Amino acid sequence: MRNAFADAFYDLAREDERICLVVADITAAAGVASFQKEYPRRFVNVGVAEQMMISMCAGLALRGFIPFAYTIATFTIYRPFEQVRIDCCYQNLPVRLVGVGGGVSYSTLGGTHHAQEDVALMCALPNMTVLAPCDPAETALVTRSCMAVLGPVYLRLGKAGEPTLTANAPDPFRFGKVRTIRPGKDVCILTYGPITQLAFELATRLEHERLIGTAIVSVHCLKPLDEDGIRSVLTSFKTVVVIEEHAPYGGLGPRVKALAWECKATCRLQTFSLKDDFIHVYGTHAELLKAHGLDSESLFHDIASIAG
Amino acid sequence: MSVQNFSAADVKARCKGYRRRILDISQTVGALHIAPSFSCLELVATCYFGLLKGGTSPDIDDTFILSKGHGSLAQFAVLEDLGVIPSSWLDHYCKPGWPLATHPDYGTPGIEASTGSLGHGLALAVGMAYGDKLRGIDRNIFLVMSDGELQEGSVWEALMTAPSLGIHNIVALVDLNDFQSLGRTSVTLPNFYPMLEKLQAFGWTTTEVDGHDPQAIFSAVENRDPSKPQVVLGRTIKGKGVSYMENVPVWHYRSPNSAEYEQALREIGEVNP
Repeated sequence: MRNAFADAFYDLAREDERICLVVADITAAAGVASFQKEYPRRFVNVGVAEQMMISMCAGLALRGFIPFAYTIATFTIYRPFEQVRIDCCYQNLPVRLVGVGGGVSYSTLGGTHHAQEDVALMCALPNMTVLAPCDPAETALVTRSCMAVLGPVYLRLGKAGEPTLTANAPDPFRFGKVRTIRPGKDVCILTYGPITQLAFELATRLEHERLIGTAIVSVHCLKPLDEDGIRSVLTSFKTVVVIEEHAPYGGLGPRVKALAWECKATCRLQTFSLKDDFIHVYGTHAELLKAHGLDSESLFHDIASIAG
Repeated sequence: MSVQNFSAADVKARCKGYRRRILDISQTVGALHIAPSFSCLELVATCYFGLLKGGTSPDIDDTFILSKGHGSLAQFAVLEDLGVIPSSWLDHYCKPGWPLATHPDYGTPGIEASTGSLGHGLALAVGMAYGDKLRGIDRNIFLVMSDGELQEGSVWEALMTAPSLGIHNIVALVDLNDFQSLGRTSVTLPNFYPMLEKLQAFGWTTTEVDGHDPQAIFSAVENRDPSKPQVVLGRTIKGKGVSYMENVPVWHYRSPNSAEYEQALREIGEVNP
């Protein structure tokens, strides 16, 4: 995902001199490396100084630039939270905050590097747009599309090695709209970000082993949320499931539940998320998710029993 | 919004008028940052009536940021004087439905950044200055900061970054009144001092002046080493001009009662005696 971002960024930055990249001692390879080489003045590494990175971006935006801040998600938005809130959101400036390793992608780096609450925090901020693509292809589309947003944007990325999931998507990408990326008639899984890969494993198993047709809908834009699109899902399927790599508070799950209540949805609705707890076990990304109940085996049985 | 011919006497006279104006406003609200505004008035006014170079295009005007946003009345009084904001706005300071409140907000005429939370202005200025550098625009960015503000780590990130990026067109004027909300800065954090050496070590040119002397402030900036960004440490008195307010922490955020108001007016004196 980070390379898909980097290449899309490079394509944009070549065409638009307003685009700058400010990093805090972490950068991307691929297109970003090319950008740094070809446009060294528009690439700034402020060192391990994340508050500086965000304020610098806001200052550039006050001068008419469209700056991107880039580092690990925890350092993009947690360390300099007040700079994000005041400099970017309160002043409503077109700063793009890129967080690599959203969720617990940086599994073995431990809790200091896990962004488990990022969607809640960023959605709580007025003026902020929150984007979380599900695969490299959607990352490229979202990166290009976010240039149209007038205010600040949080772009939540995974890490590297995510598979392409949207090549056969029945729905075309429309920026800000939910998108069916796998067809199915019985169950609909609403999800976003790299955990969409797990949703595909589940959908395949549910169909093959239980004959439960399972659709997957990518919610790449968490704020503003495509409420009409979510309502349509809630009224079209008998069973709706939310799977998110995020704390139980403030993410997609509670929003979908609120919408279901408001539109008097009659579907069965179950949400799955990380627990309200830090993760102290070490292992792969999948092993960490499993520690919080987000694994194919557990979810398969849970969803099969709801939908069966 | 610039005045080409600097006159220290003119700035002093204006500041007397601003103190009276702020005192008048104090009688319309329950509380206001009166002493922090009096402390930085000469620093702010010397920027607007001496240091800021203007033009007809907003793209080439110098920039002013009141990084110690709680001194906003000082900036509002100047902006009113310059005709940038209407008097009716200041007459209705902190009133429902009117645009001016305790801290400067981006979007208000004459306000180039939202401040109020300390430690943001200098880093924003670094971003602005770098943007100007990319565009080849030659202009200065002036800030007025508080001494307590320099306790924020974000300020030191910006102090480190500006000279490292080759930025030399930022002038930060520090309102060195030795007070923060709860007491003397020198008692709160003795190791905050000495300031000059710390700032020089970070690559800034520094000067210490009487922060209530417009001529000294003006000369310090005009005669600076243009190859480096500058910090001007302006020694000031919190609550300057009103004896019972000077160096008394409670006036950080309090309105005088009517007797105190009358005494303050007498001490400040007439603008044109």
